Amino acid sequence: MTPQLLIFFVLAALAVLGAVSLIVQKHPIHSALSLIVVMVALAGLYLLMGAEFVAAVQIIVYGGAIMVLFVFVIMLLNAGIEEHTSLSKFAGPPGLLLVVALAGFLAATIARSTGTVQAAAQTGTMSSTKGISNMLFRDFVYPFELTSFLILVAIMGATVLAQREKS
Amino acid sequence: MNAFLASNAELIITIVKIALLLFIVLTVNAYLTWFERKVVAHMQSRWGPHRVGPHGLLQPLADGVKFLFKEDPTPAGVDKFVYYLAPLLALALALTSISIIPFGPSPIRLFGHDIYLGIAPPDLNIGILALFAITALGVYGVALAGWSSNSKYPLLGGLRSSAQMISYELSLTMSVVGVLLIAGSFNLTDIINAQAKHPERGILGWNIFPQILGFICFFIAAVAETNRVPFDLPEAESELVAGFHTEYASFKFAMFFIAEYTSMITVSSLCAIMFFGGWLSPFPASWTVTHYLPSALLIPAGLWIIWDGIRYETIFGKIILPGVGTVLTIAGIALLMPNLLFVNEFIQAPFWLLSKIFVFLFVYVWMRGTLPRFRYDQLMAFGWKLLLPLSIANVIVTSFVILKWGAQ
Amino acid sequence: MVPTNYYVILSAVLFGLGVFGFVFKRNIITIFMSIELMLNAVNLAFVAFSQALGKLDGQVFVLFVIVVAAAEAAVGLGIIILIARNRQSLNVERVDLLKL
Repeated sequence: MTPQLLIFFVLAALAVLGAVSLIVQKHPIHSALSLIVVMVALAGLYLLMGAEFVAAVQIIVYGGAIMVLFVFVIMLLNAGIEEHTSLSKFAGPPGLLLVVALAGFLAATIARSTGTVQAAAQTGTMSSTKGISNMLFRDFVYPFELTSFLILVAIMGATVLAQREKS
Repeated sequence: MNAFLASNAELIITIVKIALLLFIVLTVNAYLTWFERKVVAHMQSRWGPHRVGPHGLLQPLADGVKFLFKEDPTPAGVDKFVYYLAPLLALALALTSISIIPFGPSPIRLFGHDIYLGIAPPDLNIGILALFAITALGVYGVALAGWSSNSKYPLLGGLRSSAQMISYELSLTMSVVGVLLIAGSFNLTDIINAQAKHPERGILGWNIFPQILGFICFFIAAVAETNRVPFDLPEAESELVAGFHTEYASFKFAMFFIAEYTSMITVSSLCAIMFFGGWLSPFPASWTVTHYLPSALLIPAGLWIIWDGIRYETIFGKIILPGVGTVLTIAGIALLMPNLLFVNEFIQAPFWLLSKIFVFLFVYVWMRGTLPRFRYDQLMAFGWKLLLPLSIANVIVTSFVILKWGAQ
Repeated sequence: MVPTNYYVILSAVLFGLGVFGFVFKRNIITIFMSIELMLNAVNLAFVAFSQALGKLDGQVFVLFVIVVAAAEAAVGLGIIILIARNRQSLNVERVDLLKL
């Protein structure tokens, strides 16, 4: 077993454990912490794949901003332990069916793919930061500008939503 | 055994380096508390600690012993797991972030291996991003401590701190973009080398001159990120008892304390590296006489400590202080020896970097002795309405200048 | 080298767990977190394929996904705060009326 494979299995186990813990935990803060574990593990996997810029962005934006926002809101609302109401009739069986169907579909697709997708260009490290910035500002410049518009809309939306109505 | 050593040399070197850096950082932390208390005291016309050891120099030791032996009660109703996790997280992240800082350009050649000063490899492409990633996670230590304590003041402190840290992180990140544009790299070593493009200019080549606005934004945001005065609202003692660490005692409190001081060191090193040329000398490269500056500082300092020690009141001080002074003087003289000149050349880079870090640490303490605390709404308005637009303007201006005249 | 298949399988597992959490969790914040988990799983697949094909398109897409996730978190958490304020509950079962 190569060291890389070992690191992969450790990180993958960490990610799956975190994801399971996200579902099993009763308190939202514990769920949020589990999700942070998943995200950090995924960042480690990105590093393993040589996508260092994405790894850093993953931790800075997901770990440092989005999840902090979640934790912040949980603290702000003083959200307690999840109460267990009886599932609505529609959520239980059809939901399970959906999950099983999805898992089956994914498993079938993966099983059908023959062999490993052998890496085409694994020679050296693709200087990902420079390459990404070139793509982002040349090939994907319009989508990129659109995302800035999206963020603007999101800021305005959040501000309007969070405002207390004047009474 | 030898075969094992040979095959895992890199690993072992890294572990030794980590242990060494940990030891140094923790010692420096301890003496930083002493330094802070002493400087603030003198600013307020007091003596500061002076009972334990000569000039209170053993005070950090006494504090450490006190932290270790104090009773450590766990308050009722806390979320145990998170309550114990929070200080660990804060300390671990603070200590991890310092491992990214490079302390010198040239490696030491030992046992047939190039050993660089600093734990991260010098070609770490995402240096500054990795640092930001680690500091970005630092907010959890504070927020979770506040939440898990199950008490109102810590909760308020935690809420304040998470809001404050998210807000100032934006300015922190935006303000260094100018530097990154000039250097064209995220790598900290590259950033320093970009400031050495014209060795004959010395201090004039540093980023502080084109990026003065960026530096101001960066330093203010960094002080806010480290929760220091005047941005220490998360632990404002007159309003929130002690903020997020109210319910922590003994060593868990010490962990928050060490984390705070360690992040001060990290931020100071970042300031030095990003804006003040890192390990570059402020003098033009042709002024080789400045290479004797470490000796020129060490010898007078040593002599002064000897003189001060001789007239010190206690016997202990009379023995210890002249001893320390003699060691410093001898070290200073030794660096002047012709056959030790290579040592002198080697310590130039770390000497300048550490001096700069020390100056920034002093500024931290100075601000604590000078500035009053912000009000919370002032803090938020300042961050969002002034600091963020300024740092974005800095990015825009810098990119236009670089587009027009190129990065010089 | 880690085979790309492993990454894709991991991605599928994480996505499935995300769907499971989305369907079975009752707390609206946790449901939202399950969505983030699904997005993360997709990101993993993107990066894995980007590495396998030796092209950076996948990584650029990950950046877009992250941006969308950030925008979504801002608006979504705003909505959650409003719901909590109006209903005094974070349980989705209690938020089943379209009007207040």
